[in-house]
Amino acid sequence: MSRQTFRVNAGGGTPAALVLEDGSVFRGLRYGAAGRAFGEVVFCTGMTGYQETLTDPSYHKQIVVQTAPQIGNTGWNDEDDESSRIWVAGYAVRDPARVPSNWRSARSLETELERQGVVGIAQLDTRTLTRHIREHGAMRAGVFSGTEVGTAEQMLARVTESPSMTGADLAGEVTTAEPYVVRPDGPVRYRVAAVDMGIKSNTPRMMAQRGIEVHVLPATASLDEVLAVEPHGVFLSNGPGDPATTTHVTELTRNVLQRQVPLFGICFGNQILGRALGLGTYKMRYGHRGMNIPVMDTATRRIAITAQNHGFALEGEPGARFSSPYGAATISHHCPNDGTVEGVRCLDVPAFSVQYHPEAAAGPHDAAVLFDEFVSLMEGAS
Amino acid sequence: MPRRTDLSHVLVIGSGPIVIGQAAEFDYSGTQACRVLREEGLRVSLVNSNPATIMTDPEFADSTYIEPVTPEFLEQVIAAERPDALLATLGGQTALNAAVELDRSGVLDKYGVELIGADIEAIQRGEDRQKFKDIVRQAGGDVPRSAVCWTMDEVRDCVAELGLPVVIRPAFTMGGRGSGMAHTQEDLERMAAYGLSESPVSEVLVEESVLGWKEYELELMRDHRDNVVVVCSIENVDAMGVHTGDSVTVAPSMTLTDREYQNMRDVGIDVLREVGVDTGGCNIQFAIHPETGRMVVIEMNPRVSRSSALASKATGFPIAKIAARLAIGYSLDEIPNDITGETPASFEPTLDYVVVKVPRFAFEKFPGADPTLTTTMKSVGEAMSVGRSFTEALGKALRSTETRALGFWTQPDPEGVTLADTLEALRTPHDGRLYTVERALRWGATIEQVCEASWIDPWFVDQIQSLVELREEITEAPVLDEALLLGAKRFGVSDRQIAALRPELAGEDGVRALRHRLGVRPVFKTVDTCAAEFAARTPYHYSAYESDPAAESEVIAQHDKPKALILGSGPNRIGQGIEFDYSCVHATLALREAGYETVMINCNPETVSTDYDTSDRLYFEPLTFEDVLEVVHAEQESGNLAAVIVQLGGQTPLSLSKRLADAGVPVVGTSPDAIHLAEERGAFGEVLGAAGLPAPKYGTATSFEGAQRIADEVGYPVLVRPSYVLGGRGMEIVYDAAHLASYISRATEVSPEYPVLVDRFLDDAIEIDVDALYDGEELYLGGVMEHIEEAGVHSGDSSCALPPITLGRADLERVRASTEAIAKGVGVRGLLNVQYALAGDVLYVLEANPRASRTAPFVSKATGVPLAKAAALIMTGSSVADLRASGVLRAWGDGGTLPADAPIAVKEAVLPFHRFRTPEGLGVDSLLGPEMKSTGEVMGVDAAFGMAFAKSQVAAYGPLPTSGTVFVSVANRDKRALIFPVKRLADLGFEVLATSGTAEVLRRNGVPCTVVRKYSTPEGEHVAGAADGSGEDAPNIVEIILDGGVDMIINTPYGNSGPRIDGYEIRTAAVSRDVPCITTVQGAGAAVHGIEASIRGDIGVQSLQRLQAAMAASAESAAAAAGVTAPAARGRQE
Repeated sequence: MSRQTFRVNAGGGTPAALVLEDGSVFRGLRYGAAGRAFGEVVFCTGMTGYQETLTDPSYHKQIVVQTAPQIGNTGWNDEDDESSRIWVAGYAVRDPARVPSNWRSARSLETELERQGVVGIAQLDTRTLTRHIREHGAMRAGVFSGTEVGTAEQMLARVTESPSMTGADLAGEVTTAEPYVVRPDGPVRYRVAAVDMGIKSNTPRMMAQRGIEVHVLPATASLDEVLAVEPHGVFLSNGPGDPATTTHVTELTRNVLQRQVPLFGICFGNQILGRALGLGTYKMRYGHRGMNIPVMDTATRRIAITAQNHGFALEGEPGARFSSPYGAATISHHCPNDGTVEGVRCLDVPAFSVQYHPEAAAGPHDAAVLFDEFVSLMEGAS
Repeated sequence: MPRRTDLSHVLVIGSGPIVIGQAAEFDYSGTQACRVLREEGLRVSLVNSNPATIMTDPEFADSTYIEPVTPEFLEQVIAAERPDALLATLGGQTALNAAVELDRSGVLDKYGVELIGADIEAIQRGEDRQKFKDIVRQAGGDVPRSAVCWTMDEVRDCVAELGLPVVIRPAFTMGGRGSGMAHTQEDLERMAAYGLSESPVSEVLVEESVLGWKEYELELMRDHRDNVVVVCSIENVDAMGVHTGDSVTVAPSMTLTDREYQNMRDVGIDVLREVGVDTGGCNIQFAIHPETGRMVVIEMNPRVSRSSALASKATGFPIAKIAARLAIGYSLDEIPNDITGETPASFEPTLDYVVVKVPRFAFEKFPGADPTLTTTMKSVGEAMSVGRSFTEALGKALRSTETRALGFWTQPDPEGVTLADTLEALRTPHDGRLYTVERALRWGATIEQVCEASWIDPWFVDQIQSLVELREEITEAPVLDEALLLGAKRFGVSDRQIAALRPELAGEDGVRALRHRLGVRPVFKTVDTCAAEFAARTPYHYSAYESDPAAESEVIAQHDKPKALILGSGPNRIGQGIEFDYSCVHATLALREAGYETVMINCNPETVSTDYDTSDRLYFEPLTFEDVLEVVHAEQESGNLAAVIVQLGGQTPLSLSKRLADAGVPVVGTSPDAIHLAEERGAFGEVLGAAGLPAPKYGTATSFEGAQRIADEVGYPVLVRPSYVLGGRGMEIVYDAAHLASYISRATEVSPEYPVLVDRFLDDAIEIDVDALYDGEELYLGGVMEHIEEAGVHSGDSSCALPPITLGRADLERVRASTEAIAKGVGVRGLLNVQYALAGDVLYVLEANPRASRTAPFVSKATGVPLAKAAALIMTGSSVADLRASGVLRAWGDGGTLPADAPIAVKEAVLPFHRFRTPEGLGVDSLLGPEMKSTGEVMGVDAAFGMAFAKSQVAAYGPLPTSGTVFVSVANRDKRALIFPVKRLADLGFEVLATSGTAEVLRRNGVPCTVVRKYSTPEGEHVAGAADGSGEDAPNIVEIILDGGVDMIINTPYGNSGPRIDGYEIRTAAVSRDVPCITTVQGAGAAVHGIEASIRGDIGVQSLQRLQAAMAASAESAAAAAGVTAPAARGRQE
């Protein structure tokens, strides 16, 4: 059936539409499951790694627009998922592959989207849509296909009824229900309590490669539950939603800082550490979502090309030092494109975090060394 | 750290002539480097022997030396200029090799010159294959198993271990020259021997075959802070086994998961660091096993390369420009991204479109050459296209190549070919293989069958399968409605392709009319490096069809300035190369200055014209009528399109002239009717008749019998050709009726819709080439060139001198009068090129081309007058008088009245014969004729002809010998003329070898010589006139040449070449051994002049700026003597 759908559209193919809350309508064909889906529409500029993107919990409740036009070329394999399921609310692509080609491919992307009930749209003008988001900011949207396609007014009405991302506490929705442990291949050098606010599989995997036994805990874990692990370090994961809503984990972080347990945070975790240190967070116009984003380490002036996925950011000036309840801290990294804060580091307690994704998946591995830094931090503390 | 303050003067080395494997991309990169360095306030000196380049324009450097790119000449330039630093990574392998040599010989140390942007040891680590493999392993990468060999025995031992097939790769050769795949023991013996001889260090690598693996390239950049970015990934549609320059390639990579891509990126970066590439660009090639995913590193280029140019154009990330900035001390984060204006260059471009590159071949020019694609590059150019999907980009790229088939379905399927044959044909990589893939699928092959036969990835094959299904839909639909038409356009299908499937639509024009009626038009998107994440300031556009009604076009309206649209020249090919890009770039520079907003359309990624900041707007589009018309529409919608220029990009845009004008497009310059007058033989004959100008007798034949009749009438030899040609496609000199018959059978295959022209061929004539400007009132003779070879050799292949070395003032005046009469009679507005033959004191008109010629840049450099700029201004309304007054043209006199002390400039063609082999692995014939075969040219300039000619030879082929052995064998008619030059060589101390007939004549004239056996004389047979012992058992001349026993060859042919003729074997051997081989009497005379000059050793270097200043001063004093002063001339204007 997919073949029929993506034969040239001579009246064949099921129509679909993507409607933004400002009333803009983009039209294409159904891709993946039929139906309707709502979320915040964001664009992702990565040219590879759609499987990792789709299974990244940080994309929970978002409709992801892929700017790369040919999607699905390498199919879907059983190894590259970053979590147990696809999280995106809806998926918008220009040209899906009919025949996947890769030695690891197990099935087509479309089959997987259908299997997981993900509503998508293809053949819309993703570039015009991206430019629109760039100019007007990320906003609510809906994907409608098949019988769900109505008049523009009908569809718009449904979009405006859907919930907004600001103030959304989504970490609770994506976190693991039960704690679990990821063990290293070799001997255990360190134990880390990882607070899961939407953790990607590659994060514990990369820690495990460094001899860390990772105890992944739900986002609701109490300080006692964290301490019960007897951790050498605490890790704050990435995740979706507005960091301002995550008061529990912020409070937990303050306690960890107080006890001077080495702490490392990624993405959402960076925002949590920043808030714990007293910095504010804000919603960016359209965020950073891609894998070509430069980050400068203020101390060395070296550039890393990084994978990113965030719609909120910390307030702060590149290189600025500031004081916090836990001593001095600094804005250690920033993005040369727009000056966004990309990392903070405590100078008096063993804690640091970055806004980008050293675990990559998908994305370049330039920042993988940060996991080694975390190890050093634990080494120094023990 | 900003730029280094200890540098104030940089010497940039260019890449010399255009050859296969090293083309216009280095003009692009060198030009960018010069621009950047001067913007940074540095003094720039430049050496490049190629006059057709923009970089050698005097305004791009402070001192421009059009001198050979050899260590000897470079040392002279260094001694004269005393630069602080040398930048050699932007001039291809030629420049890099020269820099390595300058370093090795101590010249850089001697003059205190620092090599910037490169590290000699890193270059060697990158290019020495064994060292490189060790480095890759150290960096954690994998490589094909292999061994480095210096002897044939080592090669045999190695293959005993690896098993066949193996790849043979000679060290330090350019464009993969001499490399190839040996499938059998015989292949191995032949190819390894050749490879050892081609490598300057007699070294070949014998390597495990990765034939059929997926092939990828990464373009990387590194700065002095060790920041590394990947600018672009490129995937080859043709699997390993086809040189990447000959493959259809795609950017970004299409069939890698993130895990695999990032692994490639990691290995690439680690290898780059381990090799220690100083700063700048670098290219690394990978192969991936399609089933296991094993990835191996194949090679790297520690410099800007052809792929860098492609990557720059594909992403909008200007690699060469940034490499130049990195070389003088900047880091990536300190360099702004021009396109966004606000983000730095320390990022990796992301694409929201697909780029396809298709190579352009010229096998039809080299009969006998093996057209199989191998690891040795054979293509002469390439076209790139940008689309929103792979099929859209592919369709555009295929029609950009301007081959006979302009995309699928536009040519009838071959007859008598079965599916089995077609699948079999897919097993051998060949030009146009994707056409074969399409046909196989359409005839019922499965994707699996095609993949198995071609090793092309299933994803790509399915893309073509989707086109096959689309074709069916188009063919079967009762009517073409908007949805189907739009769907087809989204897949990159042209109006012409649709017309071929739906004959009832009355051709391409009918399809377009229908399409426009239904409102199906493209939108124009922007190449912006960032997939629209940031606003782009640079209007670098491509067309795309979107079915989404929300789709928007990104062309920004501009109503303040009139716009001038310049049509470029498309892919480089033999006969239409970089010279035309030069003229287009000049037009944009001139018109910008004249107040126009300039708009460029072109599809050649190697060129300066497709740099996003050459023109105000750039459209990377095919130069077909349909695509150009859509750009015109977009530009008209967004402002006032005042002028469309078709005269500067060669035959490609010129051939659109009439249709564009008929469609109401404001084509300026020579009108389409005037173009017709010059190009249609009958009409042109009338122009000549009216002006009383003689032309060789000719006739037009539509049948073989007709051609025979005309030939008998005008008398043999005759020149035969199809009408409307560029670069002498399909031309031949025919000496008798039998050859005529064989030509007609071949030529009618070339161009069935056009009749064949039969011209009387003038033996022993001097050919004269003229470039002139005409404004309707006044003629400005740009330059008069005298060919060194006699008429009959294509003007693009012959060497010529300017000012003419043997013509008198009366001859020049005749040339002026004739040119003016033609310009007037045809109605030229702009540039005109006329070719004459002077025979028996009659000046015959051979042909006239109402457009910029191949020689326009050469003439501009030799005379110091920018002809193409002047032409663009004349086309938009200026007069010659205006341009004289404003200083664009000389105030007084012109290229026909150069001062007596003007330096002599010699243009020499560069021929690609050594790149080609027959299927049996033999060389191809190097004989010159009326069909153009050269890929590029060089210029030698000096005070006198001998020195200028010697320089041109050094630049094109390497130095002429100053001692040793010369072999002479000439046609009877040339024997008399060759006595004197050969005598001179003997007097200079050369040993002379000759075949018996030639030797007889030489001896009678007192030239001592040794007789050698002809190739065709069987061993043991007595050779007439042979000295004792030199006859019966002596090796024949071909063997002597192959043994290195000859330093120069003078061999003039008679009639057509063919394997049975001795000359063929001689010239072929010369090609194999790189021995200078002169095939004309005039060439021999010139060579002797050059040899004498070299022996005297008084060949110096001089910058173009100085030469031109001296010439201008002479001209001024001549003007003063004639009572005209420049201010007076200006006054007249006011």
